[in-house]
Amino acid sequence: MSLWSYANPVKFLTLSAKVQPALWVLSGACLCIGLIWGFFFTPDDFRQGSTVKIIYLHVPSALMAINAWFMMLVTSLIWLIRRHHVSALAAKAAAPVGVVMTLIALVTGAIWGQPMWGTWWAWDPRLTSFLILFLFYLGYIALWEAIEDPDTAADLTSVLCLVGSVFAVLSRYAVNFWNQGLHQGASLSLDKEENVADVFYFPLLVAIAGFVLLFLALVLYRTGTEIRLRRARALMAREQRA
Amino acid sequence: MMPDLGKYAEAVLTAYGASIILLVLLVALTFRRGRRARAQLREIEARVKRDG
Repeated sequence: MSLWSYANPVKFLTLSAKVQPALWVLSGACLCIGLIWGFFFTPDDFRQGSTVKIIYLHVPSALMAINAWFMMLVTSLIWLIRRHHVSALAAKAAAPVGVVMTLIALVTGAIWGQPMWGTWWAWDPRLTSFLILFLFYLGYIALWEAIEDPDTAADLTSVLCLVGSVFAVLSRYAVNFWNQGLHQGASLSLDKEENVADVFYFPLLVAIAGFVLLFLALVLYRTGTEIRLRRARALMAREQRA
Repeated sequence: MMPDLGKYAEAVLTAYGASIILLVLLVALTFRRGRRARAQLREIEARVKRDG
């Protein structure tokens, strides 16, 4: 069976209903294990003290903030090229999740930055690109709400998503190619030498898995909601015409 | 049970508190919107069926 068959709303809702219970349970379990492990059972860092425990919230949420936008980019491109409504609705469904992830990353970063850097905020490349990404999320959501015709809204928000992807890429790679910022390098790397110590690394991986699974569960559920709202709207329009 | 967070206790607890509140709000609002959408669709489908 082709992947595109899931662009059919009924098939999508059937599959989504099957996988969602497992996703909710797994995401809840991973989040609880990762955060409890990180908060209660990891030591303080020799330089950061107990503020290192913020890493279990900050890194996964920042990762999801960027990846949510990339997911929206892929589904927006599918909409623009193949005109599958489910993909446009999936992008719409992911945006509020992405904006909350971005907000968590910004808030936890500021709370960590105050004692460590001596300031809540700095116009550092990564922080600034993240703030712009947050504003793009708000703009994207506002644009969906502002346009009545859903296909026009999907077209325009897809274009906005393409433009905003520049800032998602900047947010992801700013620490690699701008050295003048306050923000340190990536906490996770394929190079083991650059990673955080194992004692922080493993609970962090579990917390990241929890955030990824929570994102998937939320996006599937919210896409289902958007499909139902769209069908309700279509039925109402048909009623009015009759 | 509670780890000694030292002088950074306020920062760490605020970060956890704010994040958990935001995540719980996101999940709660998601479910609320989902329930409303299901109810709205059920109602309209029933009306369409009834009125032909």
